[in-house]
Amino acid sequence: MKFLDTGTIELLVNGEKRSALVRPSDLLLDVLRDQLGLTGAKPSCKNGDCGACTVLVDGWPVKSCLMLAVEAIGHEIITIEGLQNAPLQQAFVDEFAFQCGYCTSGFIINCHALARIHPKADEAVIREWLQSNLCRCTGYEEISKAIHSVLSTHKS
Amino acid sequence: METLHAIGKDIPKKESWNKVTGAARYNTDFNEPGVLHAWLVTSLYGHALIKSIDKTLTLKFPGVLAVVTGDSMPRLIGPILEDRPPLAIDRVRYFGEPIAIVVADSLSKAKEAAGKVYVEYEPLPVVDSLKDALEKKYILHEDLPLYRRIKPDEIFPQPGTNIANQIKIRKGDMDRGWAESDVIIESTITLPQSLHAAMEPRNARAEIKPDGKVIINTSSQGPFDVKKELSYYFNLEESKITVNVPLVGGGFGGKTTPQLEILALLASQSVNGRPVKLIESREQDFTTSPGHLGLEAYIKLGANRDGMLKAIEITCQVDTGAYTDSGTKMTRAMAADCTGPYNIENVHCDAFCIYTNHTYVTAFRSFGRLSHTFAIERAMDKLAFSLGIDSLELRIKNAVNPGHFTPTNVKLNSSNLGNLPECLKRLKQMINWDEGIRIELANGKVRAKGLSGLWKTSSSPPNATGAAIITFNRDGTVNLNVGAVEIGMGIKTALAQILAEKLQMDINKINVVMEVNTETSPRHWKTVASMTGYMVGNAVLDAAEDVIKQLCKTASVVLRCPPEVLQVGGEKVFLKADPTIFVEQRAIACGYKYPDGSSTGGEVIGRGNFIMHHLLPMDPDTGRGKLGPAWAVGAQAVEVELDTKDYTYKILKAATVLDAGKVLNPKNAKGVTMGGMCMGLGYGCREASLFDSGGVRMNPQFRTYHLMRYGENPEYLVDFIETPQLDSPYGMRGIGEHGIIGMPAALANALSAAAQVNLDFTPLTPEAIWKAKRGVSL
Ligand code: FES
Ligand code: FES
Repeated sequence: MKFLDTGTIELLVNGEKRSALVRPSDLLLDVLRDQLGLTGAKPSCKNGDCGACTVLVDGWPVKSCLMLAVEAIGHEIITIEGLQNAPLQQAFVDEFAFQCGYCTSGFIINCHALARIHPKADEAVIREWLQSNLCRCTGYEEISKAIHSVLSTHKS
Repeated sequence: METLHAIGKDIPKKESWNKVTGAARYNTDFNEPGVLHAWLVTSLYGHALIKSIDKTLTLKFPGVLAVVTGDSMPRLIGPILEDRPPLAIDRVRYFGEPIAIVVADSLSKAKEAAGKVYVEYEPLPVVDSLKDALEKKYILHEDLPLYRRIKPDEIFPQPGTNIANQIKIRKGDMDRGWAESDVIIESTITLPQSLHAAMEPRNARAEIKPDGKVIINTSSQGPFDVKKELSYYFNLEESKITVNVPLVGGGFGGKTTPQLEILALLASQSVNGRPVKLIESREQDFTTSPGHLGLEAYIKLGANRDGMLKAIEITCQVDTGAYTDSGTKMTRAMAADCTGPYNIENVHCDAFCIYTNHTYVTAFRSFGRLSHTFAIERAMDKLAFSLGIDSLELRIKNAVNPGHFTPTNVKLNSSNLGNLPECLKRLKQMINWDEGIRIELANGKVRAKGLSGLWKTSSSPPNATGAAIITFNRDGTVNLNVGAVEIGMGIKTALAQILAEKLQMDINKINVVMEVNTETSPRHWKTVASMTGYMVGNAVLDAAEDVIKQLCKTASVVLRCPPEVLQVGGEKVFLKADPTIFVEQRAIACGYKYPDGSSTGGEVIGRGNFIMHHLLPMDPDTGRGKLGPAWAVGAQAVEVELDTKDYTYKILKAATVLDAGKVLNPKNAKGVTMGGMCMGLGYGCREASLFDSGGVRMNPQFRTYHLMRYGENPEYLVDFIETPQLDSPYGMRGIGEHGIIGMPAALANALSAAAQVNLDFTPLTPEAIWKAKRGVSL
């Protein structure tokens, strides 16, 4: 078997076909940031512990530090840059749901997926989903208000 | 004219939309082709001699350009005491200490090649605790007396020991104090080191241009400090250094003293000035960069039968880790506020800053008060119990008030202090204190409440400055340029609010320069100590006055009247007596053009500045002196539900009342306060840097170092009272740090009441409570 040092792959990101030169071990997070210039997803632990790097893969939130770029071939990737005027972005602004903003892309992507997949999510589901992300600045209350405001518009 | 108000309004942060769309740029978000990457080789031992460093294999590794070691900068550095080599020389004193920098053309190569640097160590005995340090298990800095003291008036090392500094407070007459005391309690507390854990790991990029100009891009709270220190350490003119800071992904004090900037510059020097990026991994951020101090404190507190405090004796032992950095300054800061927000006339305090083989420490939100408050507030609860007095009443009775003197003998008034009794009274209602502090529920559960008072002043140099520059666009909108960094607290927006209120303008027409560039932004000391609103806010007001003067001068020509009869507001300059006679701001801000085409006036450029005044260093023998211009006081409470079978508990509610002077932005102030509370509860219930007996960090990841997560937070109750600080913009007080201060103490007081055992430590894990209950030592 031949070991490929680098190769060109094509990724479907935010509705656009993008090509990137990657090594097999390159993380999706690094390729998005360094090659495609999509720096909204943030590195913070690169260990799956904090969620700052969350993106959508086929509509599901995935920590892009836990996925290889080559694994993303053939899947539909949405990063925070792919969200335009999503209700959650407005809700985060209205509720002051961030301070430094470093965790925000990851939280919004995760909340966005939650609101789509479980529009009637109860507290336990919200908690289970959002516990995968860390925020060191806020006390989480504003984030809670933001997700609830979007879920309640779904409910009504 | 109708008055416009920007102060007291819930104005979203100026950069909000950039932050919710991923467009906001932090320092590692700037891609550039050709930039080199650095990776650190760090110590695997808590304490060891470095016998040799073999870089042969690394240098042969493809893509590697250089390996930098301690010999490239054979000097010691430090903001107060120069005791730390930027890269270890012959010896490491903590796990994670940087030993070498590998520079390569890609990050993955730098990382892989770093694994091939072979360091031969000879382990030394590890000073794993304050006890080890004081018993002189090993003297960590034999050359302590030779170290250069940068601030000789605040650092008093004790040669031949591990004591880097001792601060003394001597006030009143202790003999009299004890004689007047009917009840005396003694209390000892133990708090571990912990971490800042900002979500953005620390990082820096350096480059040296062919003309010798050094460019630093960094995630820092103190860009001007970086410039000053680099100039000093590298012997460069300040004009040869530019420091750029974009948005910062959280700081909490941990991004203040230069560390990685120095290493990045060394790396760039090793490759002929090519740009080099140095980004710490989460594990390095947690072990190589500095953390938050540990504390052991002993308190003896006396009161008369009525509960009036008469005397206090305090010994603080600060675990500063391997080097002092800001540890000595925090030691001094806690000594200066050592009584907590209570009036005690007879005070004896010795605060020691002590070396161990733990991670070295730097400024952390509250600058030491978080830890010290824990000591005081546990003692207050014990005293209340001994006296049989309600603990909230005891605090109100002894609260510092105008007319009292601080431990360092500063006379207090309502402007420089605020109103603590009012905070306590408000808190009392908020948390329904009168229902009782311990209520037994069904199934062996207990609901209990605990309290804490708090106060804090700042510790800036007596000549710290802030400054502001205001320029205009041709449409009359305004640009505000300041040297304060946006670390998440919304400071840029707060300053825009101050300016909008003063110029009576729509805040949306004020643009704030978000990034700081030390070449073009006016100097500000650093974005720390909750002091930026006060210092830079005052400078903004000064600059606004300057603008108003200039606008009125040009308008007086246009409107043919003396400038004194004019007023600025609503983007117009108008006659005070008749606002229908006016000229538009935009018509004069960049020079006025007469109908015939000739012009007058010119660009309006406002400049404003502020310098601290009337601060005095502390006297080495008595502590007399004044560290900061004012205090902010507050009161906090926590309500828990404890299961008395297994000692698990839920934090039901956390409450804070702060005297904010004037709340500039209520929603933001509440958010920043809740963030501090959450961080304080995390420290109280579970955060701790864990070391094994060899000084190796056991929990260098989020997976093992647990921050509070979504839904683990309690219900927050936050309120503010407003006693204006007269020399501060619109009366505001700095409160950015204060939410954290009393939380661990209030939690410990609540749990002590619930479990009916003295809990004098953190982290308050169920196991630790169980052990305390069983009388098993920890
Ligand atoms: S960076 Fe991916 S989970 Fe933390
Ligand atoms: S806003 Fe800073 S980490 Fe969440």
